[in-house]
Amino acid sequence: MSTSKPIHMRGVCKSFRYFSLHDLDLDLEPGEVMGLVGPNGAGKSTTIRLAMGLLAADRGEVRVLGHPMPQDQAQAKRDIGYVSADMRLLPNASLGWHMRLVASLYPDWDEAYARTLLSHFNLHPGQSARSLSLGEQTKAALLLALARRPRLLILDEPTTGLDPVARHEVLSQLMEVMLDDRRAILFSSHNTADVERICDRITFIDRGRVVASDDTGRFLDSWRRIELELAPGSEPPTVPGLVAHTGDGSFHALTVRQFDESLLEQLGPDVRGVQRMSLEEIFVASVMQHRQERRP
Amino acid sequence: MNTHLHISQADARPMYLQIMEQIRARIASGDWEAGRELPSIRALAAALEVSVITVKRAYLELEQEGVIVTRQGKGSFVADSGRGSAASELQYQKLDEHLRQAVALASQLGLGPEDLLARLGTLLHPVKRR
Repeated sequence: MSTSKPIHMRGVCKSFRYFSLHDLDLDLEPGEVMGLVGPNGAGKSTTIRLAMGLLAADRGEVRVLGHPMPQDQAQAKRDIGYVSADMRLLPNASLGWHMRLVASLYPDWDEAYARTLLSHFNLHPGQSARSLSLGEQTKAALLLALARRPRLLILDEPTTGLDPVARHEVLSQLMEVMLDDRRAILFSSHNTADVERICDRITFIDRGRVVASDDTGRFLDSWRRIELELAPGSEPPTVPGLVAHTGDGSFHALTVRQFDESLLEQLGPDVRGVQRMSLEEIFVASVMQHRQERRP
Repeated sequence: MNTHLHISQADARPMYLQIMEQIRARIASGDWEAGRELPSIRALAAALEVSVITVKRAYLELEQEGVIVTRQGKGSFVADSGRGSAASELQYQKLDEHLRQAVALASQLGLGPEDLLARLGTLLHPVKRR
């Protein structure tokens, strides 16, 4: 039971009138942080709502902490902390009231940890939810989820709308959670810098399909932009894993996703430079290529 | 354990290389002596606010270089610094680097090899007389 996978999704499909999620596979292991990255409307929130049991899949298997979803959602949710950027506390109640409410519902509530989080997040129990800024609302929701010490945290855009200082406070607390290798975090975001920094694995999703899913290190190691200077009129040789090619006279730029050093030997003295790519650049290039491939 | 390592987002090098470089520098300078225990992977990840996989990779590669050793269930430690070990190799590299700088400065000052050796001799002298 305690070794069950935090999230296991296989062949999950879900159709709406104007949007479908196709054949989604997703695995989150204990001790891991996974980043779910995609453009607006890609299916990130649908994926998260399926994992939370808020939606039932049309087809496929969804298991969270070993529980089939949405059937066993009540049991699973005892050990899931869920925060989304659009979550709002009850406007007339204070943060302290919310804390007492959550503490009464969840026996694992850790009051000492909640106090530590209050000071880290610079929040006060007497504040009414109405008086909290957007960023403070998110931090308050995160506090309520973290202080239960759930085994699985599902965070839908938790850093969206936060200023850089608040983002730092939040990321630092998330990494604090990961000191415990039995816990896991699924984390959706547009902010690829945050994802690149704290996620062990990354899943790119676009238009309802998984575009790529891999170790963060492998993503960053296997993508490169290679600049070539060729004799006028000649074309670059075919290279494995070519994603994009732009040319301007004798100058060419190749984007490749299966880079290794032997490729440079193959290209020889025509290489003017090789650049690593940020996760954001890799993400955009993957999505553009995925869309091109699927174009009829 | 506070290690004071840091990660720069403006640094073009991957984060795991930044971590490796800073650990190597601490071992080369002798600040981190042989046998010293490194922070656990998860503790360093939390301190640096980087993914566990990033720190894991840095430790794994340092282990392959022989700079640190990992004992299952016990943690990671700075490797022994005996002759020919990776840790002493780092210190030799650092010594060579300083000597190269000394040679460059000497040539700027117009000192020949004999003059430079003589100055080095003077510096070594108090040690010799002991």
